[in-house]
Amino acid sequence: MNKPYAIIIGLEVHVQLLTSSKLFCGCSTAFGAAPNTQTCVVCTGTPGALPVMNRQAYLLSVKAALGLNCQIARLTKWDRKNYYYPDLPKGYQISQYDMPLSRDGHLDIPDPEQEGQVRRIRIIRAHLEEDAGKSMHDEVAGKADSRIDLNRAGTPLLEIVSQPDLRSPAEAKNYLTELKLLLNYLGVSDCNMQEGSLRVDANINLHVATPEGNVATPIVEVKNMNSFRAVERALAYEAQRQWELWQETGQRIGDVPKQTRGWEEEAQITRPQRSKEESSDYRYFPDPDLAPVTISEDAIAHVRQSLGELPADLRTRLVGQFGITPYDSDVLVSQGRPLVDYFIAAAEACRDGKAAANWVQQSVLRVLNERQMPIEQFPVPPAELGRLIDEVQSGKMETSRGREVLAEMLATGKSAAAAIDALGIVQVDEADLETLCAELLASNPKVVDDLKQGRLKAAGALIGQAKKRNPNVNATRVREICLQLVQRM
Amino acid sequence: MPISHQQVTRVSLLGRLLLSEEETETMTAQLGQILTYMQLLDEVDTDQVEPMAHAVEVSDVFRGDQLAPSLARDLALANAPQHDGECYRVPAVLGDA
Repeated sequence: MNKPYAIIIGLEVHVQLLTSSKLFCGCSTAFGAAPNTQTCVVCTGTPGALPVMNRQAYLLSVKAALGLNCQIARLTKWDRKNYYYPDLPKGYQISQYDMPLSRDGHLDIPDPEQEGQVRRIRIIRAHLEEDAGKSMHDEVAGKADSRIDLNRAGTPLLEIVSQPDLRSPAEAKNYLTELKLLLNYLGVSDCNMQEGSLRVDANINLHVATPEGNVATPIVEVKNMNSFRAVERALAYEAQRQWELWQETGQRIGDVPKQTRGWEEEAQITRPQRSKEESSDYRYFPDPDLAPVTISEDAIAHVRQSLGELPADLRTRLVGQFGITPYDSDVLVSQGRPLVDYFIAAAEACRDGKAAANWVQQSVLRVLNERQMPIEQFPVPPAELGRLIDEVQSGKMETSRGREVLAEMLATGKSAAAAIDALGIVQVDEADLETLCAELLASNPKVVDDLKQGRLKAAGALIGQAKKRNPNVNATRVREICLQLVQRM
Repeated sequence: MPISHQQVTRVSLLGRLLLSEEETETMTAQLGQILTYMQLLDEVDTDQVEPMAHAVEVSDVFRGDQLAPSLARDLALANAPQHDGECYRVPAVLGDA
């Protein structure tokens, strides 16, 4: 950070909650249905239709808020946020204004500047609101109208607002990654950006060091970022743009109204968006159709007990319990709880955490990636992988042979023992190994010469030949024995 | 007057109502009368009264997370001034989709 300014970023994240039905009616929240097939009089804002709160949506929100270390409001209410837009049939969005269900939390994220350190990002609030519909601009045949699909209207969203505590695009990315992981572990949201179940808006400006002290530049809201990588890039672009603009105009916060800009993935730039005129005046007022919601300390404690082990705690436990590195622990935990459970079962079966971590990362994850398969469908049970690891660790076969065994297990569904038999793997007797090595040396005088001259690389040729004669030989042992024999010559 | 001409113009813009100058005058007068009447409430001493979130003393009205049948699409679209059998059609929305 040798730049003469600091980057100040706050994120507003909307996540779709994992409910079957919408926030205020019984229509499905399933993604991908044909347009306007999942709506009712509540979703379409038909006069007289009344919303009724989905209890599960509220409880999932409380769960997420507790996972974010927020204070849960004992009394909360919903308000109408009034604005006119074609994807909002009622003319208002039911949201929360002055009494959100939670506030004042924090999320610890990995510090991108210092490995192993965390940065605590404060959460202003997390509140529950309904989604709007989707508008699609129809450019076919030059038609100048928009098409509206209301399937999404009324889907429960949790809005999570951070303090402007993030200091770099990399920190913003780490915050999103950690938030997504937390919400996945809590079972609150699948956070799938492609399907719109996680959306990010970013507020960003600069604090420039000047002779008269720090000066803040105008805040810009950046929208339309479709991946975490896009968030990182958009913010990096925007920081640089604002720095150049500051040098050119010297504009400070308050000199111009807050601007909204959209990230354009193709061009890798942000561009100003048409702002909804007068849109800042939402004329919030309590929704008379909805009763306030109260929650007791007992009920909060009950939800707290259901949180389960959170990613940060799990990372620490894996390092302590299985002796794996923080890096390996992080890789495993970020794959989700089912993979961690698989690892734990395999590690317990072979009583070697480090070996299990290597096998899971190098072999299991690779197969899952290749086959685009979740761990739940991985054909080899963790106990069987554990047995295989045990055989490899005990020296019965080398890792590369072990991988062949795993491939056999995957292909045939055999147990570790059966696959080892099928491949004809037996541990080669030491005496047989010595005989083999002696024969090889006798038939390779050139290699023996090289080895005597200290050109140890030459041993590679012997290992290759040994493997050809007997695939079960241990390469390391062949090398060791050959070198010993040469020394004695 | 409890509400100004300027405030009525602003509220009509927010409500997407196009009012003529004459209508704005009428609305300013009529809204003023309503607000004056409502100001009667200012005479009540509410210092000791806890603010309410709702007019009725009721809370925690929930439904379970159960699916209910949605409307058939043709029924859902039936009242729209314009639709194409799949979607509502509205004048072009610019900006973010």
